[in-house]
Amino acid sequence: MSTPAITIPAGRRGPQGLSGRPARAIRDALSIADRNLIAYRRVPQLLVFSTIQPVIFVLLFRYVFGGAIRVPGGISYVDYLIPGIFVQTVVFGAINTAVGLSADVGSGMLERFRALPMARSAVLAGRTLADLARNVFVVALMAGVGFAVGFRVHTNALYFLGGLVLVLAFAYAMSWVFATVGLAVGDPETAQAAAFPVMAPLVFASSAFVPVSSMPSWLQGFAGHQPVSVVASAVRGLALGGPTASYLLQAIAWCVGIIVVCAPLAVWRYRRTV
Amino acid sequence: MDQRAITVEGLVKRFKTLVAVDGVSFDVPAGTVFGLLGPNGAGKTTIVRVLATILHPDGGHAEVMGYDVADQAELVRYQIGLAGQSAAVDANLTGRENLKLIGSLAQMPRRQTGKRADELLERFDLAFAAGRPARTYSGGMRRRLDVAAALVARPPILFLDEPTTGLDIQSRKELWAVIRELVADGSTVLLTTQYLEEADQLADRIAVIDHGRVVANDTASALKSRLGSTVIEIGMASEEAAGKAQSLLAARNGGGHPELDGSTVWLTSRDGAGALVDVLRSLDAQGLAPATLAVREPSLDDVFLALTGKHAVCDVADTECEKRLEAERRAA
Repeated sequence: MSTPAITIPAGRRGPQGLSGRPARAIRDALSIADRNLIAYRRVPQLLVFSTIQPVIFVLLFRYVFGGAIRVPGGISYVDYLIPGIFVQTVVFGAINTAVGLSADVGSGMLERFRALPMARSAVLAGRTLADLARNVFVVALMAGVGFAVGFRVHTNALYFLGGLVLVLAFAYAMSWVFATVGLAVGDPETAQAAAFPVMAPLVFASSAFVPVSSMPSWLQGFAGHQPVSVVASAVRGLALGGPTASYLLQAIAWCVGIIVVCAPLAVWRYRRTV
Repeated sequence: MDQRAITVEGLVKRFKTLVAVDGVSFDVPAGTVFGLLGPNGAGKTTIVRVLATILHPDGGHAEVMGYDVADQAELVRYQIGLAGQSAAVDANLTGRENLKLIGSLAQMPRRQTGKRADELLERFDLAFAAGRPARTYSGGMRRRLDVAAALVARPPILFLDEPTTGLDIQSRKELWAVIRELVADGSTVLLTTQYLEEADQLADRIAVIDHGRVVANDTASALKSRLGSTVIEIGMASEEAAGKAQSLLAARNGGGHPELDGSTVWLTSRDGAGALVDVLRSLDAQGLAPATLAVREPSLDDVFLALTGKHAVCDVADTECEKRLEAERRAA
């Protein structure tokens, strides 16, 4: 046998001490986010659920159901609807986080990542970051669709943009909820099946499409205080005027609360998923 | 000179009640290929996952390039490349993007990853498909990309977990050639396989794994000489006739220890052709005519039968055995 060459190539000795770790965590998260965004560009089906479906909802509620729905406060139904559509869109879109992560579990991609000297946080941070970028695109698209079907801002552009930022913050929080789901189930089909029963009551038993006051009294308690309603009402306040501050505070509290609970849960799940 | 790249001592890994790795010990000298040979569910992949820091060991001790896989996992990850069934390539990324991604996550300077990716694509005959999503690759191309991904950061240790399972003969031979080149470059390789021939072709030493234990650890040639170079399988018309044939052949002076399995008598020999003539002559003298006759190279199953007295894969009707293997697969 020839003399074994076991010199460790330069740069293979790993980080010396803790310096450079935050930089590495950011770099790795960006690498993963970039990889996930490439998938969205290359597999257009992945974007269909987040774009075609909400457009269909807009058309359905604006032109089919809208005529039969009365909303309080003398505002037109299209103005009531579009803030609700923003929230509904990002909640349904969060399923992409679950589907993407469960695919990584199933394919063996996570195993490869785990054997690499990369930041442990990168897979989840990169995934939620990529989904945030996707949501920026989707929310901008839905704003365009909203304006096209007659939605108008009654306050000013700055408040309206503030409303969109709130929608994105809520979307980011929902990504962490569905990251936990995706890691727990381990395959995309199950992820879809598991996610729907969670999101359907949130979206439909809410003020997203119809006023809570039109619902039976036993449902109003839940429908009035759950996060989708609160965020939709806050965005409505920001875009149309009327009571805003209380909804806005509740909405921010929901976003922070969801992240504080679900992010550690997802990280814990990630650590014990192979 | 006797530098050990991998040291494993009394390694234990449990999944709930199943003991997948049950006190495994072996050493791999630097610059050599070490084969873990065993059937599905034997615990080979679990051993690799523990050494690659994907799983935490429940007992024992393992070091890779002198770093403890449990306490210095981070440092171990700088020393290793992983390919095969324990790892995957991203089907949506192109070959080049896959290699660049692995390069940056392995903490290579960003500027170098592109150049390194092109180098490897060239070497693995993938340059023509560098810009195509891996989804469009054939099975053999995907495996080559997978092995290339393990090499991006030039790790001194490579784990190849069943790198050729499911490949056709041609792709398998191509991959073998690549693995031989790696070793010539000085890499240390830990290879798992279900194929005796693969271990024989590539590995300097082979550990045979069964139920999470090492049942043999030797050079390929020593294992084979223990076994004999040829397997003679004589199918008799009935179990009774097979029993007679077995006792007859056992009493014969020609060497080799005949085993009985249903109506088949199974015998290994170092002297294939000569033994065959001798066996047939003895049977004929007693009026025992074989119904079927086969002479072949030893397979994993033969090694197993010789070392453990059991088959490496379950018999068709052995539901007990299938249930156990299935439970192990699920747990893994």
